[in-house]
Amino acid sequence: MRWRTATLTGVREETPSARTLVFDVPDWPGHLAGQHVDVRLTADDGYTAQRSYSLAAATAFELTVERVPDGEVSPYLTEVIEPGDRVEIRGPVGGWFVWRPENKSPVLLVGGGSGIVPLMAMIRARRQAGSRAPFRLLYSLRDPLRRYYADELRQPDPGLDVAYLYTRAAPEGWARPPGRILLDDLAEGGWPADFEPDCYVCGPTGFVEAAADLLLALGHAPGRIRTERFGPT
Amino acid sequence: MGIVSRGFRGRRREQDDRLPPGQYLVDDFPVLSAGPTPRVPLDRWEFAIDTEAEVTHRWSWPELMALAQTTPTVDLHCVTKWSKLDTSWQGVSLDTLFEDVETAAEYALVYSYGGYTTNLPLEDLLDGKAWIVHRYDGEELEPRHGGPARLLVPHLYLWKSAKWVRGIRLLDEDWPGFWETAGYHNYGDPWREQRYQGD
Repeated sequence: MRWRTATLTGVREETPSARTLVFDVPDWPGHLAGQHVDVRLTADDGYTAQRSYSLAAATAFELTVERVPDGEVSPYLTEVIEPGDRVEIRGPVGGWFVWRPENKSPVLLVGGGSGIVPLMAMIRARRQAGSRAPFRLLYSLRDPLRRYYADELRQPDPGLDVAYLYTRAAPEGWARPPGRILLDDLAEGGWPADFEPDCYVCGPTGFVEAAADLLLALGHAPGRIRTERFGPT
Repeated sequence: MGIVSRGFRGRRREQDDRLPPGQYLVDDFPVLSAGPTPRVPLDRWEFAIDTEAEVTHRWSWPELMALAQTTPTVDLHCVTKWSKLDTSWQGVSLDTLFEDVETAAEYALVYSYGGYTTNLPLEDLLDGKAWIVHRYDGEELEPRHGGPARLLVPHLYLWKSAKWVRGIRLLDEDWPGFWETAGYHNYGDPWREQRYQGD
């Protein structure tokens, strides 16, 4: 799989620590929602560093990057790079944690923190394809300031239900007390197991382990639970 | 040299000749898997080697524990770019498990509780290159890292070191496994940066 040159064309601030980068990639072959790419940065003396990032959009080449304290690549992508600057990318990669528009089954998306990114690609792919597959998104995040894609997720999108699970601080008057994801969250905000939904769980390891175990406890078949874990990058 | 990214300098604390190309060092132990973590009770656990002549060799948990134990210290390289050096394990060399196995097969398909599979040439499992491990860093291997027991083949990318290992099927023909059919490299040598098909 060859390296391609990607030129930054636009930036959208998502949160104080995350932004979406829009790149122009000539001859991008396209991707499935949920796939990721490798990004390679080269310094002027030849030193390189590579990381993987999920694609955030349905067809455009967009990455949403969270700045990792003490990170090597994410500080560059969130603080230094400007429109016109170039990186190298290759992909798309991954044929398992993907949603295809021809799939009509109900879908449950469970995202923790920046784990929302590949799930957002699925939501966008669904909308773009005019799919009527029923989607539910459970989005666990620390506090309202950490919300990615806030305006877009506020827009009505028939057939998509969105629920926020705040872990530290919720907006005033929020019914659910702040805390980690629980069985009730998945029982109420998800689909019954006998609907046989496809479940996509993405986030930090502890979150994914917890959510996947809860889905098993609710009777979802292991083969219908797809997971993607983010390590520190 | 590739395209220079203006203003990128990098951290450069990772100049280590034990680090394959494109990798960076971590101190913690990230977890990657495609689905939920299977829980396998030890009284129902077994490990099997199935030969191309359809002979099956089986070990229960107590039988595995009764075999000669070794304590390899190895470097791990995950295709998602992190590497972890000097990890210490305890387990049984596959040379021990293959002592009484008669085979002329060239390929192995490793299969796991939970349905995961991965393939590799049989020779990559022999001659001190691979183990079935059940302890990590002096402790029982946690389920999320592959416990009760996982394969350890540290000279290949870590997806070849199947977690929750259940058995090895010996084959005359190569049979691509889970990630190998999802776009990843069939062999996965980190030193040749064989991450994806065509690398």
